[in-house]
Amino acid sequence: IQADGTDGNCVTFVLHDEDHTLGNSLRYMVMKNPDVEFCGYCITHPSESKINFRIQTRGALPAVEPFRKGLNDLMAVCQHVLSTFERSMKEYRAQR
Amino acid sequence: MAALRGADEMRDRVVLGEFGVRNVHTTDFPGNYPGYDDAWDQRRFEETFRVDVIREEGDSLEFDMVGIDAAIANAFRRILLAEVPTMAVEKVFVYNNTSIVQDEILAHRLGLIPIRADPRLFEYRNPGDQEGTEIDTLQFQLKIKCSRNPQAAKESSDPDELYCNHKVYSKHMTWVPLGNQTDLFPDADFRPVHDDILIALLRPGQEIDVLMHCVKGIGKDHAKFSPVATASYRLLPDITLLKPVEDEAAEALQKCFSPGVIEIQNIKGKKVARVANARLDTFSREVFRHEGLKNLVRLARVRNHYIFSVESTGILPPDVLVSEAIKILMGKCQRFLSELDSVPME
Repeated sequence: IQADGTDGNCVTFVLHDEDHTLGNSLRYMVMKNPDVEFCGYCITHPSESKINFRIQTRGALPAVEPFRKGLNDLMAVCQHVLSTFERSMKEYRAQR
Repeated sequence: MAALRGADEMRDRVVLGEFGVRNVHTTDFPGNYPGYDDAWDQRRFEETFRVDVIREEGDSLEFDMVGIDAAIANAFRRILLAEVPTMAVEKVFVYNNTSIVQDEILAHRLGLIPIRADPRLFEYRNPGDQEGTEIDTLQFQLKIKCSRNPQAAKESSDPDELYCNHKVYSKHMTWVPLGNQTDLFPDADFRPVHDDILIALLRPGQEIDVLMHCVKGIGKDHAKFSPVATASYRLLPDITLLKPVEDEAAEALQKCFSPGVIEIQNIKGKKVARVANARLDTFSREVFRHEGLKNLVRLARVRNHYIFSVESTGILPPDVLVSEAIKILMGKCQRFLSELDSVPME
């Protein structure tokens, strides 16, 4: 993971060993943040597995914050999905 | 059901027009729609999200996820296909192969056989390690020789009678424990998932004697490591009749859709069409080929209702695979979070 950008508000992270799987879902979570002015990701070349993930915030918020919040939100979503799925499987098996 | 207001429709439904699909991308981000609060709210997500298991039979599982977005549903699908680890044959040591199947073809076929071994009990092999230790390798042996059957009738030409062991099946693969694996896995029985996979054909005098090493890998590396036969999802169809449809038009409409989608009711002597079960439809868009019918229906899909269908190869049950896929996505996030915290950003 590397970051570069002129000021703290607009940063491009380079995430290694990642592709659309994490890129698209993380982009969705970061876009849901009202402080983010721009969020996008792209795959520099299909033969290399790294993505450029760019976040631009409005105001003086450092761009690492929405990135961190997006990751945390995605973790929370996955946790909830996992618990809901396991609960539904148990209920399905119980009533069969 | 009346058609939704314009903005609602754009947010919730993907509409299938005659010549194209509209409203494909998710647009419910904060700031896009005045009057809607679209910022991420974990509590609101938890209230609207649900999972319904529809069917579970053996190796295939069909379940619905409602209230989630395409990006995350697709991430689960991609992880199920390519990043859930399994064990498969990686290295084949050929001691003797006098059969007609070439060594490399035989090795390729052996690699594709699904092995019933829980990959969570094993570690990944260290890169550069040629030998393999007992914590990351499973050893199998295939040793078989074809011979002529002395009890065969004189004139028969049936190979099953004339020769014995002429068909090499996956049931002939035997597990050879390495090191302390007999103690680590006392009641485990590692073998291929299916016993009747035909590996090669032999004739008298030919024999195959190979030793195989299985390692843990992911589908991204080679498709033999993929744990699912396939994992796919589709969006829930939503068919709305814009005007009441009667008599012959109703019959014609029923024929345009998959059976069971449109049912005809007899109201006051007239036949009226009604959408019975939109879920069964496969959206062949047959309606658009009939001039009289195409303006009577609106074909759409509900944007956040995903019907997942996961079929496992038998290594792990499909619900375990889905749980593992979700855990892997969490692991990826965790990895970046810990990297963020450890490396100071300049």
